[in-house]
Amino acid sequence: MNSLLLAVIGIAMVLGGYFLYSKYLASRVYRLDPEYATPAHTMNDGVDYVPTNKFVLWGHHFTSVAGAAPIVGPAVAVIWGWLPAFLWVTIGTVFFAGMHDMGALWASARNRGQSMGMLSGRYIGARGRSLFLVVIFLLLLMVNAAFATVIKNLLIATPTAVIPTWGAIVVAIVVGQMIYRWRMNLALTTVIGVVALYALILLGDAVPIELPEGSAAPFWLTILFLYAGVASLLPVHVLLQPRDYINGVQLFIALGILYGAVLLASPAVVAPAVNQNLPEGTPSLVPLLFVTIACGAISGFHGMVSSGTSSKQLDKETDARFVGYFGAVGEGLLALGSIIAATAGFATLANWEEVYAEFGAGGVGAFVSGGATIVNAGLGIPAGLSATILATTAILFAATTMDTGVRLSRFVVQEAGELMGLRVNKIVGTVVAVGVAMGITFSMGAGGDGGLQVIWPLFGTTNQLLASLTLAVIAVILLRRKRNALPALVPLVFVLIMSVYALIVQLSAFATNGQWLQLVLDVIILVASLWVAFEAAVAMVKAWRGPEVTDDTEPAPASSSAGGSED
Amino acid sequence: MSTVRRWWRGLSDGLREFYVAPYRRTFARAQREEDDLFTLIVLSEALGVPNPASYYTIELLPLLHERVHEWHTRMGMDRSPLENVACC
Repeated sequence: MNSLLLAVIGIAMVLGGYFLYSKYLASRVYRLDPEYATPAHTMNDGVDYVPTNKFVLWGHHFTSVAGAAPIVGPAVAVIWGWLPAFLWVTIGTVFFAGMHDMGALWASARNRGQSMGMLSGRYIGARGRSLFLVVIFLLLLMVNAAFATVIKNLLIATPTAVIPTWGAIVVAIVVGQMIYRWRMNLALTTVIGVVALYALILLGDAVPIELPEGSAAPFWLTILFLYAGVASLLPVHVLLQPRDYINGVQLFIALGILYGAVLLASPAVVAPAVNQNLPEGTPSLVPLLFVTIACGAISGFHGMVSSGTSSKQLDKETDARFVGYFGAVGEGLLALGSIIAATAGFATLANWEEVYAEFGAGGVGAFVSGGATIVNAGLGIPAGLSATILATTAILFAATTMDTGVRLSRFVVQEAGELMGLRVNKIVGTVVAVGVAMGITFSMGAGGDGGLQVIWPLFGTTNQLLASLTLAVIAVILLRRKRNALPALVPLVFVLIMSVYALIVQLSAFATNGQWLQLVLDVIILVASLWVAFEAAVAMVKAWRGPEVTDDTEPAPASSSAGGSED
Repeated sequence: MSTVRRWWRGLSDGLREFYVAPYRRTFARAQREEDDLFTLIVLSEALGVPNPASYYTIELLPLLHERVHEWHTRMGMDRSPLENVACC
């Protein structure tokens, strides 16, 4: 199989989904109405609720949902061969992620822009809301541990990325100063920021920084957690905001470089379509594939973004199709790029098998090395420099998610403290959030392997659980309105079954290997999954048996403070 | 030339929205918290809270009058806690 052909087929499938299936969803299922007054207009406060141009909103939505996960998941999952990963990413994007993200936008916009947590309480019940908070807490715990390990692995495997990784922090701080203090033109600032970032990449490529083998992993992990803790405590305009912005711009540049190189080089995919020669210890494709690739096929995190911020900025209800569904298409294309890089960027099958010698060994490292070969062949950029560019891109994604993850975890710790009658200050909250994530990361030794090989599938399962809750809310709303709920019910049932199946498979593995921390997490997620299934079923039966609800008969949702988001 | 300038301005505006939008809420909340603290300091005399700066802040009371309703509802009080500032 030629990678260009694979890319063309993949792009055609997801674009076909956008032009055909999303049109059906928009007109027949969600019945998007261009005349409907969205919360951005009815509740316009110039802060949360602001009507926004759909292209700008798409850019904001896409960069909020895109992170390192659609790169890591598919790059790990190609161990079963490129075909299963390709099919799950494309079909998942078209029938699962697109309808989920667009549905979350629609459901939130029809309910005063309320968040999925609030909607779970409204449509599934009070227990549904509690469940939502539990799942989010678990997701945040795991995202910090998993992404710290991703970054550590990349810094060790690609020492040329060390200088641009840490230098990007200085670039972001300077960009923030240029915008707020010196009031410079943003387009000019963007150009200067991107040029500075690429100058650092060139410098890093010339001056690789390698640490002694034994101490590199614990050193980088400790520094990363310290950095994330400090970054989450700084005012957002100093570091996080300019960092998010530069990373967002870099995302588009990196996608352009990767797809441009595939177009020009069109290398052959050396990995098998379905891998019959699986390394020992590789879990079975069903169900693990469906939790290994979460972002890129379907991700509950997107529902949080859709209902947390994007729905409050929808200018017209019909924009939900472009912002929500096409946002999922963008994420699918990122995952597709990762599959191509991790399967076509090797000279021979033997080289590929060398990298994919055990489950979890390929991953983002294979994306970087494979992608670098393709970029080198397509655009003529030296392979080493290409690897530095891709490694830096992946690190920046993961680091941005980690910054936000630690900050949100701190809020959760502070809120939990308040519920127990304790006043937890910012520093203590951050120490607790960082400490727990570090505990998970170092749970399998100083190398920090507990953060990825074991946590990644659990992270995927939790993400799918969150997606199931969102799909359940959408299904209940559709059933109440006596519309076709199958587009939500089929993905819901499939994702929930695969998540529970994966948890049971992992449970026995954790028990056998004596991984007690992971075992406890697995049991909590399993109980939450069964709970979701039960609560969703009860709510859906009630909605199905109840009278038809229309816009006129639907009671107004309770008002929510500060936009009703958990943020 | 004007087309280029218009295009450049459009690009800058789009980028600014892209820069500002994700953090608009965070800044608004920080601003509100600062305003609440300021309001509390100015109102402290009327609320019976010791205020070492009352000599300066008491003059600001009339200026705050219009913001009191928004402040007390945000603080979780349905009615104004001040007898002489009955806003609702």
